[in-house]
Amino acid sequence: MKLFFQQVINGLNSGSIYALIAIGYTLVYGILKLINFAHGEIMMFGAYFSFIAAATMDMPFWFVIIFSMGLSAILGMLVEFVAYRPLRQAPRLSALITAIGVSMFLQNVSLMVFGADPKVMPRIFPNVVFNIFGIEISSITLITIGLSVFFMILLELFISHTKQGRAMRAVSENQDAAILMGINVNRTVSITFLIGSALGALGGILYSTAYTNIAPTMGTMPGLKAFVAAVLGGIGSVPGAMLGGFLIGMIENMSKAYISTTWADAIVFLILIIVLLFKPTGILGKDIKEKV
Amino acid sequence: MNSKTKKAYLLNAVAVFLVYIVFLTLIRFKVLSNYFGGVIILTCIMMIMALSLNIVAGFLGEMALGHAAFMAIGAYLSGFTSIAIMNAFPTAPALLVLIFSSLVGGVAAGIAGIAIGTPSLRLRGDYLGIVTIGFGEIVRIFFINFDPLGGAQGLKGIPRLTNLSYAYWITVLVVFLIFTLGVSKYGRAIMSIREDEIASEASGIPTTRVKVMAFTISSFFAGIGGSLYAHYQGYIDPDKFQFMFSIEMFVIVVLGGLGSLTGSILSAIVLTVLPELLRGFAQYRLLIYSLALVIMMIFRPQGMLGRTEFSLYHLIYVLTNKREPYKKGSIDGGKSS
Repeated sequence: MKLFFQQVINGLNSGSIYALIAIGYTLVYGILKLINFAHGEIMMFGAYFSFIAAATMDMPFWFVIIFSMGLSAILGMLVEFVAYRPLRQAPRLSALITAIGVSMFLQNVSLMVFGADPKVMPRIFPNVVFNIFGIEISSITLITIGLSVFFMILLELFISHTKQGRAMRAVSENQDAAILMGINVNRTVSITFLIGSALGALGGILYSTAYTNIAPTMGTMPGLKAFVAAVLGGIGSVPGAMLGGFLIGMIENMSKAYISTTWADAIVFLILIIVLLFKPTGILGKDIKEKV
Repeated sequence: MNSKTKKAYLLNAVAVFLVYIVFLTLIRFKVLSNYFGGVIILTCIMMIMALSLNIVAGFLGEMALGHAAFMAIGAYLSGFTSIAIMNAFPTAPALLVLIFSSLVGGVAAGIAGIAIGTPSLRLRGDYLGIVTIGFGEIVRIFFINFDPLGGAQGLKGIPRLTNLSYAYWITVLVVFLIFTLGVSKYGRAIMSIREDEIASEASGIPTTRVKVMAFTISSFFAGIGGSLYAHYQGYIDPDKFQFMFSIEMFVIVVLGGLGSLTGSILSAIVLTVLPELLRGFAQYRLLIYSLALVIMMIFRPQGMLGRTEFSLYHLIYVLTNKREPYKKGSIDGGKSS
């Protein structure tokens, strides 16, 4: 039982990171119907930015987070402006290939700028281990979960209660109608990328503090899993991405603890496939009927 | 077959022979290094992979992002078969062993294609893409954990049977087969589903069966490509077949033009040879490659050839007669983008 609750805590920890990254995928997909493969790389850059702020400037942790989230948000908007905006009217596959190209480009830029050897992330949060009924919870875990939940609530409030949030929902519902209602689609898309990239960067910071390693290729696997999380929860739906992220984190940690470490990833994908076969739009996704 | 088609076939056959002889003599007289011979073999393998992926991505119009998995299945199974054959009959002729084990690998990949395609082809678009990514990763993790086939270390000691001639002629055969598929009634059935699934179902095409068939044929040829790869490298590293490798193949197909087989061939050549030529720039290599990809997609989103096919016969006719013999040699009747 102790092991089980320990795994629940671990699952919540990695799940909240996946959820943060998954939100970026789901927001962009909801609006542009584009799988933003470069999102994992934005997350990687977020980790590097936080490394720069923490290791070379020796800043307090709140500054590290704001610095990294801000720079990554600008990077994300830049990527959208340079690479995706010219392809707004092009076939979706071209945009997908562009996203893959941008992802490779960013990975190689960071390879050149930061070097191939992995960096060790300095400790930006205090690491105290609490022992509650025999279950060990480190302060890093608490901060990870707390920060993620805080920003998710903030995002939910933003989307449901502000004018810009309503514009985002409108554009994802029907882009042409949104234009007719006087919504500035380009600005809305930029803001979507801003929010998604900032949250992705936060995911990167938390990921690198949890695993203490930063490398140019670190974004690929968590990016893919976060994407799986977004699809599992129902891509395009923000609560779905959060649910999916936590689910993926749980499944991964449970299968690592109870089944096999090496098969954990395969189990994650297997569950995704099973869910998609029975509910093709994901758990919280809306069913879209095909018209003749 | 009318005389025009006959002439075109003859012309292509002559061209294929000429290219082969040119490469062979260039390597014989050391104009091209042996290393470049290896690049040609890899290009041939990537051509097979791209063409087979084009059956699903181009003809059927579905996003399949797990093609590396079928290549892996073909590579492992054929490698295992040829190791067994070589142990039992050390003097067996290389070509026969290569063909037999390639067929074993191809059939195994084809069966995997049926097993994966039947449930997942109920999905469409991005969701199918995700499911194929998932299957691809599962296959890779399976091979990493499956110790009888080498586990994480990979399968070693595969006889190196693939040489330039075998790779070239097997590729020519695969290209020919996929081209004929494209103009056959089965190929047209596949393409009709791409254009409008409901309409083609109404015209009496068993869409589910045709979709699974396309997926199976595609994975069969992917298995052949994997077999050539295994017998060229001599060992298989399961890490080679990561999700990014599937993406790489998909990029080749889209960059060549979805549904254009000659486009796939062209872009397989460009995308395999270009990184080799850029080796001088070492660390800028992938940077240039990815930048080229983005720029290409911004300025030519339909890929190099779009949906049209390059035709040698047509080219020569235009060069000599200065007018078009028939509408561009495109598989879908000149309906180019």
